[in-house]
Amino acid sequence: MRLTLLFFLFLVLRFGHSQDLKKVSPVKAHFELELDGEYRYFYNQGQFFGQKTHYPSIAITPSYSLNWDKGYQNFTTTVFFIADQDAKRNYWDIREFYYQKAKNNWEFNIGLKKVFWGVAESNHLVDIINQSDALKSFDGEQKLGQPMVQFSWYASKMGTFDFFYLPYHRIRRFAGTRGRFRFATPIEDESITYESKQNEWHPDFSVRWKNYFGPVDMGLSYFKGNGREPYFEFDPLGNINAFYPYIDQIGLDLQITANALLLKFESIYRDAIDQRFIAAVAGFEYTFSNIDGNGLDIGIIGEYLYDERDAFALSGLQNDLFYGSRLAFNDINDTAILLGGIVDLDTQTNLLTLEASRRVADNLKMTLEARLFDRISSQELFLLFFKQDSFLAVSFSKYF
Amino acid sequence: MKKIIFTFSFFTLIGLSILQAQEDLAKKGLDIATKAVEADKGFGSVSVSLKMVLKNKNGQTSERTLENKIFELDDDGDKSLIVFTSPNDIKGTATLTFTHKVGSDDQWLFLPAIQRTKRISSSNKSGPFVGSEFAYEDLSSAEIEKYTYKFLDQKGNLIFLEQIPVDPKSGYMRQVVTYNAEQSYRVEKIDFYDRKNSLLKTLTYIGYVLYKDKFWRANKLKMVNHQTNKETMLEFSKYDFDVAFAENDFTENALKRASN
Repeated sequence: MRLTLLFFLFLVLRFGHSQDLKKVSPVKAHFELELDGEYRYFYNQGQFFGQKTHYPSIAITPSYSLNWDKGYQNFTTTVFFIADQDAKRNYWDIREFYYQKAKNNWEFNIGLKKVFWGVAESNHLVDIINQSDALKSFDGEQKLGQPMVQFSWYASKMGTFDFFYLPYHRIRRFAGTRGRFRFATPIEDESITYESKQNEWHPDFSVRWKNYFGPVDMGLSYFKGNGREPYFEFDPLGNINAFYPYIDQIGLDLQITANALLLKFESIYRDAIDQRFIAAVAGFEYTFSNIDGNGLDIGIIGEYLYDERDAFALSGLQNDLFYGSRLAFNDINDTAILLGGIVDLDTQTNLLTLEASRRVADNLKMTLEARLFDRISSQELFLLFFKQDSFLAVSFSKYF
Repeated sequence: MKKIIFTFSFFTLIGLSILQAQEDLAKKGLDIATKAVEADKGFGSVSVSLKMVLKNKNGQTSERTLENKIFELDDDGDKSLIVFTSPNDIKGTATLTFTHKVGSDDQWLFLPAIQRTKRISSSNKSGPFVGSEFAYEDLSSAEIEKYTYKFLDQKGNLIFLEQIPVDPKSGYMRQVVTYNAEQSYRVEKIDFYDRKNSLLKTLTYIGYVLYKDKFWRANKLKMVNHQTNKETMLEFSKYDFDVAFAENDFTENALKRASN
């Protein structure tokens, strides 16, 4: 019902506007629809009762935008709907719904928006504005829309300053009984509490400075408010108690672009009552470009990951090495492959990853994804729950 | 002995005059290239829509469209912002490039799906631009410093120069460029020779239009690859020289905005 209503709303907006807007010519309206069909296959039986092996899912992502004032003013909205085998994976989210105005050297944004910070490939440490959509993506690159007021100020010598007022915290949602990548007891949405007395309504603040000096790109950020990552406590019975800590976090991200060699560094210092730690990722990416004279680029990526939380690092990336290779064919179909693995230097846990995509027809893209847990050490606190969750996924995305 | 000295001086003289002649040809070439670049100076800001039609050797085509904004700087290379508007799976993907007269360009890539900006290496000169027959270096701004020049010939108003890329990472050993002396030294045609010195590609400028009484812009650029028989047509439309950009229009935030 809700879905039908929203779809109707989009149709109204689309046709209603585009007719009106022709008279007021400088306004441009765009409507797009992305339809994704995905099939995830877990070749091992689930570790927990209720888990399945086949997970077909369908997602719909309509988006509508208005641009006027020569692109200095925009209104953008993107909604994401997904239907899957696991009840928790049937949900929808407003990814974007914001108004933006830019003038001279400043920019103002209000609404729900996505913001990405950082340079590393294997872990996104400094990236803190949005909550990860942990149900949709394994690598945390899919995010929930974050309500915000953002003000950006730019000066050519000093770089860009971004100020964020974040009035509401979005919870991280985890898989339900029938889903993969869950704990022994599925984590209910309400079961994760807040350290802050204002709960999700605590007003969070953040500021970031970003600039570049020749080959060096640098960002410094500060965040104060509800952490995006829940803090897990285990009682003697093995039950999990989780809450969102109230945190102060300082982040640094740095990239040096020396021709074909990229050197990358990200680090955070997070301070909360129960947890005070630093984490870092440092690495490189070297690209051999056009090696066959036909456009094939082969990149080699290596990153070292450190987290002072040790076993309590939710990502499990506390003393790990990421190794990978990126192949870009630069062909008409934009074929690209990312192959890699993360090996834990303490526990020898090894996770292998493949991501590949190619345009197979006009407006139709195929994506392959594989996450293979090669070895999971019994010392792993979180990953042990996922030891049966190696999967292969194929998806087709159609764009209208 | 005298004879030897004589012979020696004779050959030295010939050698010197050949060197002198080569220097003259180089100077003449540089003069023409400089005139061409000078004639196009002062456009300030420009925006244009592009359609790229890629054709494989069997004649099958695929299309992509993009928008390009260029901001001219006097003391350095131009700033350029490119946004893809189709196909839909790459719509909103955008690049920001600060070209430099000397040294490698600064370049950032914006990926709309995850709203991520990445600083990328610009050292890949010879690779194809989005699967087309245009290499990245074919599309970068024209700067005198990027080549050494040699005058080859003149036929009527057409002048032929040999241009050798300074950058060792260029995919070309040399280019033969045809300038039109009667039309502000605009470029009519470029033959590209690969590193083995065999003819690789020919770029033809079609349908020139004069904007603002000063700036010649071709409606179409046709690139033919002689070795693979593939071709790419770049069609330009909606040239606007009145856009009056500022530095603020070429920042990381502007790159993200352009993606909307």
